[in-house]
Amino acid sequence: MTTTPVMLGLPAMPPHAPDGVGNLRGEERFPVAARRALADTQLRRNLGKATTTIRTKRAQVVAELPDWEELREAGRQLKVHTMAHLPDYLAQLESAVSARGGVVHWARDAAEANAQVIDLVRGKGADEVVKVKSMATQEIGLNEALEAVGIAAIETDLAELIVQLGHDKPSHILVPAIHRNRAEIREIFLREMGDVDPALSDEPTALAGAARQHLRRKFLSAKVAISGANFGVAETGTLAVVESEGNGRMCLTLPETLITIMGIEKLVPRWQDLEVFLQLLPRSSTGERMNPYTSMWTGVTPGDGPQEFHLILLDNGRTAVLSDAEGRDALNCIRCSACLNVCPVYERTGGHAYGSVYPGPIGAILSPQLTGIEDNASLPFASSLCGACYDVCPVKINIPEILVHLRAEHTETYAEEHRVPSAEASAMGAAAWVMSDPKRWTLVLRSGRLGRVLGRKRDAIGEVPLPLAKQWTDARDFARPPKQTFRDWWAAEHRSER
Amino acid sequence: MNAREEVLARIATAHRVAPPPNLTYEDIKRGYRTTSDSSVEVLTELLIDRLVDYRALVRQSSVDDLGATIATALEERGARTVVAPAGLDPSWTASLSMNVLVDGLSPDDQLSVSKLDAVDGVITNCAVAIAETGTLILNGSPGQGRRVLTLIPDYHVCVVLPGQIVADVPQALARLEPTRPLTMISGPSATSDIELNRVEGVHGPRTLEVIIVRSD
Repeated sequence: MTTTPVMLGLPAMPPHAPDGVGNLRGEERFPVAARRALADTQLRRNLGKATTTIRTKRAQVVAELPDWEELREAGRQLKVHTMAHLPDYLAQLESAVSARGGVVHWARDAAEANAQVIDLVRGKGADEVVKVKSMATQEIGLNEALEAVGIAAIETDLAELIVQLGHDKPSHILVPAIHRNRAEIREIFLREMGDVDPALSDEPTALAGAARQHLRRKFLSAKVAISGANFGVAETGTLAVVESEGNGRMCLTLPETLITIMGIEKLVPRWQDLEVFLQLLPRSSTGERMNPYTSMWTGVTPGDGPQEFHLILLDNGRTAVLSDAEGRDALNCIRCSACLNVCPVYERTGGHAYGSVYPGPIGAILSPQLTGIEDNASLPFASSLCGACYDVCPVKINIPEILVHLRAEHTETYAEEHRVPSAEASAMGAAAWVMSDPKRWTLVLRSGRLGRVLGRKRDAIGEVPLPLAKQWTDARDFARPPKQTFRDWWAAEHRSER
Repeated sequence: MNAREEVLARIATAHRVAPPPNLTYEDIKRGYRTTSDSSVEVLTELLIDRLVDYRALVRQSSVDDLGATIATALEERGARTVVAPAGLDPSWTASLSMNVLVDGLSPDDQLSVSKLDAVDGVITNCAVAIAETGTLILNGSPGQGRRVLTLIPDYHVCVVLPGQIVADVPQALARLEPTRPLTMISGPSATSDIELNRVEGVHGPRTLEVIIVRSD
């Protein structure tokens, strides 16, 4: 290793996920996208039904475990410990995987990971790959990168298949097609699959059967599979994929070559630690005591499964998240999506409004940190800070606290970059001037009564078309001011006592 | 710097800029349950309850009747050709009236994927079963064979022997060798991708039948 000048001075801060590749940035701000989503009544019905179902299921299976809180605390501490010892554990994982016949690659960002996959697939002479649902590969835009060089990436998870065939974008971490109902799914299958019986019903069983038939041949003939990983065990080099349908098992077992892309934060120190996460994850995500299938493999097993295995360890902005003491807990996420299902904002807007592949409360803290706050500046504000997400998080990530931290960071960054202060900053400055003098304060409070002319019809103030007021009242009703201020009432009540 | 060195250097920088809390592995608080005083009888009943809840079929058998129980299950299913791994106890399949294909250990004796796709079912044992979650764990030992055997056929008969049922996840993982290829199975293949309703039967076996052998 040569010593570069950079190494001698203070090293540069770890970079964010680069722009122009991957799916971490939306095309419009959250409020704009959310407004459109809210107008879609079908979407709201689909989301309301699905999130209500999953919330009930989760609550039931979590209540079955008397030690749920102890499991959450153990999960949290395991993640905190792992992040503090990441270099050691990554090195340990690397040597364990290598010792069992796997090849480990490191990728600084999305572009590098995509290029590595393309090289590996081309090296096998394949022009088609089967894929297990994976957030990491969505994050880096792998399907688009493969398509650009003429390699077809076939999504095999039912929901991902629905999204892919519908030329659509995923809207949920666990159930990417949560925004579609059975009738819409049936239409997509009839239109896109090519080999479907037109008499196909919209019963979920029939739809699942159509997907089974459609993908069977692909599974049996695929040469290369691509997966993510839910967990990587540093001690043993064991990787785990948690799934339901068996498409994961197909991909992890049948092809000759397996390429797994794993974020560097997915590690657990030892085999024993999976006893915590394999209890937390299924109950939090699908609301099941255990998901139908979990596959675990360590390097290559002669005579069983893929005989060539590549593991790509991905940074893509994760080390930038790790550099923020107040925000880094977002890396502890195990992608269960419980926080999406309980979020009053997500339930109404759906995942597309968040722009990034990571929607909902976890997305609102993870996406801006991966990309740099200014590339996803509206997301930390896409929350009412009700705290339901924190209550259900299986590793106790304090999402509301990080949201507030990121809001402050955005406000400070904005102030530094703009000579004219923001509307909020001007308002706060004016408020400070008013509140520092009792006479000014009384006067302003009384002037609030003027607001009574607004909102007479329903005793609340709706959208106010003034610059700063509009930003607040866009999404919230404002209470109609009372006839009398508290100070005037107090003065009147106590006049006789004087 | 290559990518490996650079990622590790970035982590070092992150830790310098934002020093992580000092929490050693030994100090991680594990207040959750890792032992159980439930009897074998109670655990067996719990396992059956959880298997049935996730739509697996369950039969019980004595050790002596196991061959006959397997035969009944396959006959009722109408199976004509089934697969067994080479290491399966031969007495389990000795009385079967249907065609039994054996998947061998050496590549030459292994069945092709298309052959597996054409059979009616597969018979295996398991390594351990978890009562609380209704989970069977396969570890590729001789009575289970390659992972693909229990994946391609549409019907899987899995035998749980006495002493293989544990209460919970921690006790199950403690019994396993992590570097073996492991498959945890909880009910038949399923999906919740359509309106979050659980539907059984996507890519893996659409029917899972579990035979629990009671110690006599």
